[in-house]
Amino acid sequence: MSHSVELSGIGMTFGTTRAVADVNFKVEAGEFFSILGPSGCGKTTILRMIAGFIHPTEGRVLIGGEDMAGRGPNQRPTAMIFQSLALFPLMPVWENIAFGLEARGVGKAERRRKADDLLRLIALEGYGDRMPGELSGGQRQRVAIARALAVEPGVLLLDEPLSALDLKLRQHMRAELRALQKRTGVTFIYITHDQSEALAMSDRVAVMSAGVLQQVATPRELYENPATPFVARFVGETNAIKGRAVASEGGIVTLDTPLGSLRGRGSVAAGQGATLFVRPEALIPGGGALTAQIDRVDFEGAFALVHGRLGDGSALTASVGSTDLAHAPEPGAQASFGFAPEHAVVLADA
Amino acid sequence: MRDLYARFGGGLATVFLTLVLLWVAAMIVAPNLMMLDYALRPNLPPAELGGPRDVRSLDNIMYLANEATHRAIFFKTVWASALVASVTLVVCYPIAYWLAQNATPRQLGIALLLLIIPFFINEVLRTLAWFILLAFRGPLNAVLQWAGMIDRPVRWQGDGGVLAGMVYAYILFMLLPIYNAIESLEKAQIDAARDLGAKPWRIHWRVVIPHAKAGIATGCVFTFMLAAGSYVAPALLGSPGSRWFTEVIYNWFFEGGDWNRGAAYALVLLALCLAVVLVTLRLFRVNLADVAK
Amino acid sequence: MIQRALFIFYLACFAVFMFAPLLVMGAAAFNTSRFPTVIPWQGTTLDWFRAMWADAAMWHALWTSAIIAAAVVVVALPIGTAAALVLTSLHARARSFAYAVMVSPLLTPGVVIGIATLILWRQVGVGGGLALIVVAQVSFISCYVMLMVIARLQRFDRTQEEAALGLGASRGMVFRRVLLPFLRPALIAAGGLAVLQSIENYNTTLFVRGFETPLTVFIATKVRTGLTPAVNALALVMIAAAVIGAIIWEIRRRAR
Repeated sequence: MSHSVELSGIGMTFGTTRAVADVNFKVEAGEFFSILGPSGCGKTTILRMIAGFIHPTEGRVLIGGEDMAGRGPNQRPTAMIFQSLALFPLMPVWENIAFGLEARGVGKAERRRKADDLLRLIALEGYGDRMPGELSGGQRQRVAIARALAVEPGVLLLDEPLSALDLKLRQHMRAELRALQKRTGVTFIYITHDQSEALAMSDRVAVMSAGVLQQVATPRELYENPATPFVARFVGETNAIKGRAVASEGGIVTLDTPLGSLRGRGSVAAGQGATLFVRPEALIPGGGALTAQIDRVDFEGAFALVHGRLGDGSALTASVGSTDLAHAPEPGAQASFGFAPEHAVVLADA
Repeated sequence: MRDLYARFGGGLATVFLTLVLLWVAAMIVAPNLMMLDYALRPNLPPAELGGPRDVRSLDNIMYLANEATHRAIFFKTVWASALVASVTLVVCYPIAYWLAQNATPRQLGIALLLLIIPFFINEVLRTLAWFILLAFRGPLNAVLQWAGMIDRPVRWQGDGGVLAGMVYAYILFMLLPIYNAIESLEKAQIDAARDLGAKPWRIHWRVVIPHAKAGIATGCVFTFMLAAGSYVAPALLGSPGSRWFTEVIYNWFFEGGDWNRGAAYALVLLALCLAVVLVTLRLFRVNLADVAK
Repeated sequence: MIQRALFIFYLACFAVFMFAPLLVMGAAAFNTSRFPTVIPWQGTTLDWFRAMWADAAMWHALWTSAIIAAAVVVVALPIGTAAALVLTSLHARARSFAYAVMVSPLLTPGVVIGIATLILWRQVGVGGGLALIVVAQVSFISCYVMLMVIARLQRFDRTQEEAALGLGASRGMVFRRVLLPFLRPALIAAGGLAVLQSIENYNTTLFVRGFETPLTVFIATKVRTGLTPAVNALALVMIAAAVIGAIIWEIRRRAR
């Protein structure tokens, strides 16, 4: 059984530090939901408030429609997977997995049976009597997940659980987590500072900065239609060009910039300071508004990144597909780039 | 305190707090306060307790100050305890350094086991061993005579015997803290100093000892306190001429029958030890948390 | 080279200093001489072991020490553990003050602890005896327990407690199933140390013993009233027991 989670006007102040300010969002039951942001943005604080380890100084947390005020972590239908995993080092794997059942007074034979079932689910059959210290990083990871799933939580909270793994294993575990979530249908709330992780796994993503919620959207929406300059910069690579809006018509804003007049999607009133964001892959070499002195070309495999400097000295990055590499500008040369207005976004400056 | 309740819940937290309060109040604070009270009151027959003569004064402490023999014994105990601590330090430092930096794990294991063996039997038996060794007609005199180093037996019992017995009895309290402190010193630092051309004594003076100062201070504080508060070694290995302050205190309690004066003497001993602890910590710039490890 | 020779000479002297007394004491247990010595050697005998074995007073003293040690462990372990947990949950200021108070018994001479305990409890009509010996010993042995538990706690990952709570455990269960098992090695070591400290203690016990005669007091009295090599035999047995115990411990540790 999975639950929805709703944060309504939630805020947290530690002493004089405001860690989280007036955050509102609702995670639907069965959703894979990520909270993305740089470290210190308040995402872990939010997760710990949902889990009940700390209590918000304002606002409410509702799980499955029920207000959680005054309920401790052991009285909520949530289970958490910690960054350090926090497996109990002195208990064999099966007791780790069955710990939550032990807390609920389930008999030993039943606990063992449940633990074995879950070990099968995470493909670690027969590992029940090992100690956590005898497992590899990926295996420990899976045990931590099984331990949390054993209590059949309505909501699973994951605090950057993959950050300790190496790249290859991390990518593998992403797929595994995603599959597990689909299979169990449990609501996942996943915390990460790694945008590719959030984009690849989630149904929806909430982006946070400095304790403030920036945007809640699907990964694609987030990438294509960032709601704030922070989101535009934080999610994916982008080029930012500052200017002033001179006209806005049919969802296209015309921006007056030191590099000339540029156009992109948006709704900014004329006369307002704004920034145009355009992704590297939206830049097409050969003819266009942006002329740059090329510094270097980094070959990345599937594509190459062209780094250059615009007329006003600001950096420009364009990506060129490997198959088009023959047309890519050479370092030291001058090159101009164009883009379609519908591939650029104009956002008002804060 | 809130953390304690949040972490363990009401029941357990209350149990913990109760245990700690019981310990601190009934076993640490109250006994010492009561001893202080005793030390300040005169020794009176039961009938006069609470009477007009039952008032607090410094008489008992002044008695110690004015009684020449006791005063001399007190100061002798102080400097002799300091001597015990210094001798123990000198004896222990090289071996602690060797164990911590140069010994192989195997040597270390054997050495620690051997060092701990004497400490499995109690202080009384350790002292008794020296009692037998140092006896007038005992083995030490026999060996020295045989080797031609002395012409006739030496009476070791007295200050020399007490010193030897105490150094022996408390050696581990000096050795372990210094060992622990030196052990945490990176070998690379010593190598670096040697590489830069420092002579061994300079390496010790400038690198090892500064690093080990908390351990050295701890060892000295403990050895001094144990020596000053020792009763067995002076009682067994001492002579009438080498009485120890603790023996005087004991006599007030169980022979002189004046607990108040005994309490005053004990109070002076306690004050001395606390003063030594504080001064040593200040001198070595070490704080208490580093000492009790 | 000279340095090395000097150091080996020092090591040899150190070894002689540490073990000559023990060897002499042990050897004297086999000498027929009525007074424990090795000079002159009057003949080899095991009589003193027999005498020790038959000494009812010695057995009684040993029994007394065992009871005291058991009681001290039972009281000091919970107190020391509680103190460690309370200390670690205090804030910095309060903590350093409480810490100073709680380690102060370690820096107090043993005789003073005995005297202060004796004086306090006389006020409420309790004289020297078993109970008072236990109280006096617990007052400082708890410090050792506390320090050992604190040392272990510093390596404890508190998120384990949160993980357990998050899985629905009660605070009591978290303590019993997570924290206590983690502290177990420290508690076992502290218990062992407490037993050794209790049996070894003389200075404190002397003042609060009343009419009880634990082992240390028994031996010290023997020295004055008539020392025989039976005491040496006892010492030898204790050393042997300790060494065997240590070896077994080491073997089991390596086996793991």
